[in-house]
Amino acid sequence: MSLISLGPFDLALAAGLVLLLATLSWRLHLGVERRILVAAARSAVQLVLLGLVLKVLFETIHPLLIALLTMVMLSVAGWEVMARQKHRFHGPWGYGIGALSMFLSSFSITLLAVTVIIGVRPWYQPQYLIPLLGMLLGNTMNGVAIALDNLTRQAWEGRGRIEARLLLGADWSEAIGDIRRDALRAGLIPIVNAMASAGIVSLPGMMTGQILAGSPPMEAAKYQLLIMFLISAGTGLGSVAAVWIGSRRLFDERERLRLDRLATARGH
Amino acid sequence: MSELRLEALRPRLLEPVSLSVAAGDLLFLSGPSGAGKTLLLRSIVDLDPNEGEAYVGAMARSALRPPEWRRRVGLLPAESGWWRDSVGPHFPAGGVEQIALLAALGFERDVLEWSVARLSTGERQRLSLARLLAYRPEALLLDEATANLDPTNRARVEAVVEDYRQQQGAAVFWVSHDPEQRLRLGGTALVIRDRYLIAEEPPA
Repeated sequence: MSLISLGPFDLALAAGLVLLLATLSWRLHLGVERRILVAAARSAVQLVLLGLVLKVLFETIHPLLIALLTMVMLSVAGWEVMARQKHRFHGPWGYGIGALSMFLSSFSITLLAVTVIIGVRPWYQPQYLIPLLGMLLGNTMNGVAIALDNLTRQAWEGRGRIEARLLLGADWSEAIGDIRRDALRAGLIPIVNAMASAGIVSLPGMMTGQILAGSPPMEAAKYQLLIMFLISAGTGLGSVAAVWIGSRRLFDERERLRLDRLATARGH
Repeated sequence: MSELRLEALRPRLLEPVSLSVAAGDLLFLSGPSGAGKTLLLRSIVDLDPNEGEAYVGAMARSALRPPEWRRRVGLLPAESGWWRDSVGPHFPAGGVEQIALLAALGFERDVLEWSVARLSTGERQRLSLARLLAYRPEALLLDEATANLDPTNRARVEAVVEDYRQQQGAAVFWVSHDPEQRLRLGGTALVIRDRYLIAEEPPA
């Protein structure tokens, strides 16, 4: 088995299907044709760029360039988490909480994977580092975004019950305890579901890719397992960090609930 | 037996407030809505950022951790918050006095098993007073404690607060719109005028 290279015509054919979908949306007045086309164009540009960047990176293996690329990935993930918050924190916290917790979880787990588990040499070899980090960041991002949004939304709506507990002498951590648990659970559910249905309902993207590229299915399955475990650990760690920092930030030094630190909802 | 004292407390909307309510005394505060009555109470218990100092007896607010302070100055907000499904878990464990307290407010013992979602506004208000008193605060801050109650239940609430004030020697700071309530219960009366708390003229 070997990789069959895709020509421009093959991709154009696949792109034609998206065009067909957009036409369908236009004829049926679904109103999403514009968004379909923009998203398709974005993914085409972004992936081709990434391909080019990785080609250069693989040839040079320059640590500084690799570090730069990982930082770009992290900062984009940070923006994405912030954009998904209905009530985001004012100031640098709005960006910082998500970005910091993703940095802590995704980077440390990727590091563990390339140094100890897979044992790549040198450990920053981009062929392993970048795809692993990408998978981890992408999934951690989902977990962190859902958990944080859940936390701030519930705090926003639950002011009465949080303050009722403060008034009876609870400390900040008790007062927001049940909301914090709910938020964490919400952040973890997608990855737990993905693990449970992997291989039966869905053939995970990474495994599909490796099989198409000619890897033996057992090798592909092992890598997929590794990735899934890493992703769940990363998502868990990231969500815990985000919810912990976020819930602390909801209270000030006198343990008052400070909803004024959250922005009011805008078009979401 | 503790006095409640405010020293240059600065809530939003009001000029600095200094006053004291002796142990076992009653202070009535009225004023147009939006004048800052609720904000003053929230500042005392330190739920909103504010400057100044408050004392219960000899204990200064700044010397206590906020949870400890809030346990001592019990605030009954106009709208009560509930965080569990049934009434019981909101009360501290045990206590025979609780049952007596609930009875005085017109509830049977089985109220502790009731679902919070099915309580009426008035029931919530009375139950939140019982819940607050079960934690034995040294001072009581009441924000429109009888606003949603029929005359029978209003009388029950007034009697329970009176009992608590006299037996525990608690300082009571009562914010109310109802001029007749003040006449019924007596106590010192203040009113908010143009950002200041001033003594209310005796009714003609």
